[in-house]
Amino acid sequence: MLDFFLGHYAYLFLVALFVVGLYGVVTKRNLVKKLIGLNIFQSAIILIYVAGASKWNATVPILEGSGASYGDAGVAQEAAHGAIEAAHYINPLPHTLMLTAIVVGVATTGVALALLITIHRRYGTLDESELLERMS
Amino acid sequence: MIDQNLPVLVPVLFLLAALLAPLLGQWRRGLSYLVALLASLVNTAVALYSLYYVVVNGIVRHKFGGWVPPIGIEYVLDPLAAFMIAVVTVVSLVVLVHSRQVVKVELAGRDVPFYGVVMLLLAGFCGIVVTGDLFNLYVFLEISSLATYALIAAGEKPAPVAAFRYLIMGTIGASFYLFGLWFIYNMTGSLNMADIAAILPGVYGETGVIIGLLLMVVGIGIKMALFPLHGWLPDAYTYASSASTAFIAPIGTKIGAYVLIRILLYVFEPGYFSSQIPLADVIMWLAAAGILYGSVMAIAQKELKRMLAYSSIAQVGYIGLGLGLANPLGLIGAVLHVLNHAFMKACLFLVAGNLRVTIGHSDISRFDAALRRKMPWTMAAFTVGALSMIGIPPTAGFFSKWYLVLGGIDRGAWIMVVVILVSSLLNAVYFFRVLENTYFRPALSMDEAMGDYDHPDADIESFPREEVAPSMLVPTLVLGTGIVLLGIFNAFIVSAVIRLMVPAGL
Repeated sequence: MLDFFLGHYAYLFLVALFVVGLYGVVTKRNLVKKLIGLNIFQSAIILIYVAGASKWNATVPILEGSGASYGDAGVAQEAAHGAIEAAHYINPLPHTLMLTAIVVGVATTGVALALLITIHRRYGTLDESELLERMS
Repeated sequence: MIDQNLPVLVPVLFLLAALLAPLLGQWRRGLSYLVALLASLVNTAVALYSLYYVVVNGIVRHKFGGWVPPIGIEYVLDPLAAFMIAVVTVVSLVVLVHSRQVVKVELAGRDVPFYGVVMLLLAGFCGIVVTGDLFNLYVFLEISSLATYALIAAGEKPAPVAAFRYLIMGTIGASFYLFGLWFIYNMTGSLNMADIAAILPGVYGETGVIIGLLLMVVGIGIKMALFPLHGWLPDAYTYASSASTAFIAPIGTKIGAYVLIRILLYVFEPGYFSSQIPLADVIMWLAAAGILYGSVMAIAQKELKRMLAYSSIAQVGYIGLGLGLANPLGLIGAVLHVLNHAFMKACLFLVAGNLRVTIGHSDISRFDAALRRKMPWTMAAFTVGALSMIGIPPTAGFFSKWYLVLGGIDRGAWIMVVVILVSSLLNAVYFFRVLENTYFRPALSMDEAMGDYDHPDADIESFPREEVAPSMLVPTLVLGTGIVLLGIFNAFIVSAVIRLMVPAGL
């Protein structure tokens, strides 16, 4: 049991982060705080991808000359033989996927902030209950 | 040569137009509309040709940059994708022609960004349909969503609030999809749909696969407005400008339905979601609840656009119901309903736009017989759309419901058959209310509008003809005629195209 928690501690923190973000989105009355919650929520998922890509005793996935400079004998050996042992490298794909997801998240935040500015100009408030009163 | 590139052409052309429309619009205002129209015309031609090509020659695959699929991204045009692209491009072309006048009235001075965002929206929709890669699908989903938020925000005073609410829900939905994808990726080590479909049967028992699938279904359910995840829809459709709603309402939720069909039937095996885990039943019951809820709420609405928005929730329920039945007839009904409903909803929302431009409101309680005198053709198109929504032959709506009922009988799901029939009655209640007001309610004469009720029956003939401009009337009539034609040729559409989509094992 303890091994399970120690082996997956990154995920436990990230799931906590995920829930914190969702909690913020659902319960906060202020629309800016909702947006912050949404960003925390998105960050949690991005970090889960990155955490899932990491491995023990693995290095960055760059094959260039001798791998000896990374201080890992196995990598150096591979580089010398020209064969690639996937277990020695961190999986680069989730990182690249998350670069895209970060860009998407930034775009969403930008649109959301633009909407919030418009809402504030039209109603003079960003508090959800006040907003509902002024809308009706 | 060009045939192998067919899957890529449509989204790339729309993306190019999304770039060119605002840029050229800076130089000459009118050019942005022309660019959008040109891109839509070319893409409609390409989409119809690719539908023909796929039906005759089979699936077309395009490997991006020459990378072989599990490593590179591939775009796939199979019968389902080609069909969806054809629906999206044809409906959006008609709506685009119509939107010009509406934009001039409702979004004065904002036409250049409007057309740019519309092109971006269509690029996102078409990208979702053709991509063969689950992460690429996420990116296009967000592209189309961002465009949707912007389109909804451009509207009446409360529109930005509705858009923000949708942004929160939509982003949470997309994030759930992304989170689900992480589980699927970790279980299979691939993002390519065909590759995942080959690997998944070996790991169906794993908890991770089930969690991943459920997270993805919840995420897509929000985009599709599947009951009870529909909360964003009514406000968004009501407050957005008529031009925006006419783009989003007929196509937007259908794309969500498409993604659900693609993942449940093509990435996963049909037998998995219907028998190994009881997901099909859950979708079916939620869809049935959504059908009844949407119809009942539509009856309670006074505003035409809001009524149509609630009716959209019910109509999406039909598509979910067809999918949840998990048999070939149900799938045929669902896919046919995607096509029919796109035409019906586009037609009805165009009529709502016509009304708002001409008489300045779309409040059902203020409709009277003067309308049929003022705008006879618009109201005729509305009548056809309404009859089709109720499901009266030979309009298109009857046939998709027919297949759904057959699917329900085939499955032995008698409650679903009852739900479909009851909802048709409910549809009749809320559409006949509008038709009754339009055709039978005595018109208020000019005096009465001033508060003088001495002359109860004004002479209808005294009202001047105020039919909308041809650029708005023709698209409305094209869709109205299309509804009848789709109904008449439904057997051909089903046997030539939709039967090809039914995957093995369903």
